[in-house]
Amino acid sequence: MTATNGIEVAGVVREFKNGPRAVDGIDLEVAPGEIYGFLGPNGAGKSTTVLMLTTLLPPTAGSARVAGHDIVRDGAAVRALIGAALQEAALDPLLTGRDHMRLQTTLQGLPKGRRRARGDELLERLGLADAADRKVGGYSGGMKRRLDVALALVHYPRVLFLDEPTTGLDPSSRSDLWNEVARLARDEGVTVFLTTQYLEEADVLADRVGIIDHGRIVAEGTPERLKAEIGRPSVEAIPAERSERDAIAAVLARFGAPVAASPGAAAVRLENGEDLVAVVRALDAERVRVADLQLHQPSLDDVFLAKTGRKLEADEEAAASEPAEAAA
Amino acid sequence: MSLAEQGAEMARRSILQTLRQPAMVIPPIAFPLVLMAVNVGGLQSATRLPGFPTDNYLNFAIAFPFIQGALFASINAGSSLARDVETGFMRRLALTPMQRAALLMGNLAGVMTVALCSSVIYLVVGFAAGLRFEAGVGGVLVLLALGLLIALAFASLGALIGLRTGSGEAVQGVFPVFFVLVFLSSNALPRELIEQDWFRAIATVNPVSYLFEGLRSLVIFGWDGEALALGFGVALAIALPAVLGASAALNTRLVRT
Repeated sequence: MTATNGIEVAGVVREFKNGPRAVDGIDLEVAPGEIYGFLGPNGAGKSTTVLMLTTLLPPTAGSARVAGHDIVRDGAAVRALIGAALQEAALDPLLTGRDHMRLQTTLQGLPKGRRRARGDELLERLGLADAADRKVGGYSGGMKRRLDVALALVHYPRVLFLDEPTTGLDPSSRSDLWNEVARLARDEGVTVFLTTQYLEEADVLADRVGIIDHGRIVAEGTPERLKAEIGRPSVEAIPAERSERDAIAAVLARFGAPVAASPGAAAVRLENGEDLVAVVRALDAERVRVADLQLHQPSLDDVFLAKTGRKLEADEEAAASEPAEAAA
Repeated sequence: MSLAEQGAEMARRSILQTLRQPAMVIPPIAFPLVLMAVNVGGLQSATRLPGFPTDNYLNFAIAFPFIQGALFASINAGSSLARDVETGFMRRLALTPMQRAALLMGNLAGVMTVALCSSVIYLVVGFAAGLRFEAGVGGVLVLLALGLLIALAFASLGALIGLRTGSGEAVQGVFPVFFVLVFLSSNALPRELIEQDWFRAIATVNPVSYLFEGLRSLVIFGWDGEALALGFGVALAIALPAVLGASAALNTRLVRT
């Protein structure tokens, strides 16, 4: 790789004792200034990949270069050029936000005269200035995540690793963090490697997406290209009466193959040439009453389903139903 | 950035952690003083035993808070490092250019600073209550030095356990073991005046006895080379392997390429 702010991974494997291969030979490239979304269910190998790329876990096989340096032979140089907010916001509950900044700016070797200003600048930018002198133990989940990201940025990293940065956050905190990540890539040219199990996050934020399952990358490309590979939209009908669900499913089956639908509803992936108007006419002709009829464009979940035979949404919903952040 | 600067920042963090937890500040100061007061009140008559080295039990008992304070230092050091493992803070540190030694050095320095402050309070209370110090001002400084070395020894043991287990509960669980060692020592009576043979035998092989005797020798006898050599020697014999063990455990915890 000629550009020095990117990521290049070739055949990286990580095996744990008496366990399966957590990462099973992945190859990927992330261009400088790009936001790369690494999407997969729990246990797919996302965090293990991040730990290896951030030099905290040596790979069993393969090689990788981050910001132009080999992650095994030149770990210190890699660490000097990267920032990372790992899966759990690793903060000391007894320290204040400002204490964290002071510690991080010192350990990262910023000149003495710059430390306070850099800490204040980041606390302000991440919306934590008012809470800077409060102990982190009293922060909400969103505040902790933002502080975690701020700490990862103190030494002006060229590559930023964010491991599931918005898990457990409310929609507002999630949106704030997305805006900051997008700004970093757009305005400062920071390369972002973002793992997530939220389809929407990858769709909204990532320039390119890699989908990992069982330690292997099963699909990679821009969200638009991946969805275009699936091509055809699906149509979902919710019956007015539950008893009419089978009748509706029978009508829809004329237009394509069944796909997963909401509880009590029926859905099919439309075959080429079929459209919603034809579906409405067929339902009307059969005199079945429909409460709602929706046309879904292909989503990344459809991509995941097509590549793995499973839906990612189930994992996502389980994660989303975990306790949301507490109030500050 | 120098190791000293990194260590100083980590020490500052350790001191802040302690000061922001009243449960980590008040018990290490109050409990040893209360126990000492109880012993002095209840065991003053022991000074009438033939061969008891002083006529004021306070002079004998002043060593107790130093040892008990050192036990609290072990809990503070171990709990703090275990929490860093549990919360993932250790990984954050691993991603910085921090030298591994700075973490341990800073943690122990912070704990020992708190131990030094506690020691001064023990002495101030002791002098206010009538403590006589045979070794003079120099002896007070040597007592503080030995007290700090003992605190370092126990804090390093706590750090070793905290880093090896990564569990605050495990660190807390070791406290009763240390406490038993304290009570099966010459903490309340000189070894030669312990009547029960088994107790005297245990107290004689228990290294904690020599820590007590080294500390109190300065108060009661002045400059007793043998007692001081044993006190400093035993404290070093605990501290050195504990520091080395904690360093090795830290290397395992702070893995990076």
